Amino acid sequence: MKEKGWKDIPIGGLILEAGNAERYLTGSWRTFRPVVNEEKCTDCLLCWIYCPDGSVIVEDGKRKGFHYDHCKGCGICADVCPFGAIEMVEESKYREGAGKVSSEKGGR
Amino acid sequence: MARIEALTGDEVAAEAMRQINPDVVAAYPITPQTEIVQNFSQFVADGKVDTEMIRVESEHSAMSACVGAASAGARAMTATSANGLALMWEILYIAASYRLPIVMSVVNRALSGPINIHCDHSDSMGARDSGWIQIYSENCQEIYDNLIQAVKIGENKKLLLPVMVCFDGFIISHGTERVELLEDEVVRKFIGEFKPDYPLLDVDHPLTYGPLDLFDYYFEHKRQQIEAIDKAPDIIEQVGRDYGRISGRTYGLLEEFNLEKSDLVIIVTGSTAGTAKATILELKEQGIDVGILKIRVFRPFPYQQIKEALKGKVAVAVMDRSASFGALGGPIFTEVRSALYEEDKKPLVVNYIYGLGGRETTVEHIKKVAHDLLNIKKTGKVENLVNYLGVRE
Repeated sequence: MKEKGWKDIPIGGLILEAGNAERYLTGSWRTFRPVVNEEKCTDCLLCWIYCPDGSVIVEDGKRKGFHYDHCKGCGICADVCPFGAIEMVEESKYREGAGKVSSEKGGR
Repeated sequence: MARIEALTGDEVAAEAMRQINPDVVAAYPITPQTEIVQNFSQFVADGKVDTEMIRVESEHSAMSACVGAASAGARAMTATSANGLALMWEILYIAASYRLPIVMSVVNRALSGPINIHCDHSDSMGARDSGWIQIYSENCQEIYDNLIQAVKIGENKKLLLPVMVCFDGFIISHGTERVELLEDEVVRKFIGEFKPDYPLLDVDHPLTYGPLDLFDYYFEHKRQQIEAIDKAPDIIEQVGRDYGRISGRTYGLLEEFNLEKSDLVIIVTGSTAGTAKATILELKEQGIDVGILKIRVFRPFPYQQIKEALKGKVAVAVMDRSASFGALGGPIFTEVRSALYEEDKKPLVVNYIYGLGGRETTVEHIKKVAHDLLNIKKTGKVENLVNYLGVRE
């Protein structure tokens, strides 16, 4: 995307459209990524409720994976999981995919 | 019909705020500003304004609340002094960069330390690069007039910038003077209703204030801010003329006093301009003519108008009521000198740092400056570029 000049952008740093944070990828900020132990997960969806970036993918009431383009690796999901089903794993172990992979099970 | 009353600077500032009737005032007390918000709180308690008064725990919060309110679409005002202004520092820049036309009285007081509650301009001069418009008031009448104009200046769609209305702590804030007040309806009609283009509370058009702005767009947003404040001189003059039509008192960026009569000039801002004018009248009787150029608007700096006003002058004394440690003179001096750089024929310019921490500046001090100017004219030389007026050696 070609960046605009100062005469062509809204003043004050305003963003005039809603919901465009989706286009700003923050996955490369991540040092640790959440990895789910599927056997322990009960789909209680506390991770989905707590995730500050809306990065937990849920379909039909089931947790389906993470948006790795946006997950910053804060670890809140792992912290709130009552079953210890989410482990934060050092990103270097996934180096090839860091910040590029949309989701374990396919992004949107 | 205009009312005539005897009010202190703080009282008249509160009275102007009552007439402006802002949507939100968020403030924290600090000497010598306290009486502004104290008086205004009484107006709120008595139901004389519709304002939502937010009593916060610090000036950092006061300015933050103003930023929140103005983003939401409110007309927001506050007032502070010295260390209170210093505590707002971070948020001053945010208010300006979000382009929120907040209006704030800054009752000039020396910054600590050592702790001091009296007047100098170190507080507002330190904030000169924050992106706010700065208007300085000589007396109580000007406080009133400047506050009303500030609302209209800041909210101009070409600017959308916050405005500080500065005046000298105690000397003016606690001095009782005769002031002419306009009718409430005249003031409200003059400032009009604040109709922001991007209020956060417009839930049908959701938008974001204050997102992350890195190397890709921050520079462009700063360029926009520079462009906006560069347009301010024309708007300030226009509002000054419009205000003249309702009040009989027209304002510009500068005020000239006896300027055309002399090739010697004293540049001064704030209450000392009054002392200087009285001195000049006294000197006139002795056959000595010196002109005064009062700087009303310091941000944006009216370099073009100053250059014009100083054409053909021989010697200029610039009076700074603040020090800029390690710089070549005070902030007004350096900017005046810089404004003259391209001129082929420029006057000799000399700087006087004066009145720090409320040190009294008298007619005798101004006389000394005038006699120095006469001497500079005679010798063609400036002996000391930066002088300290009233300090004990």
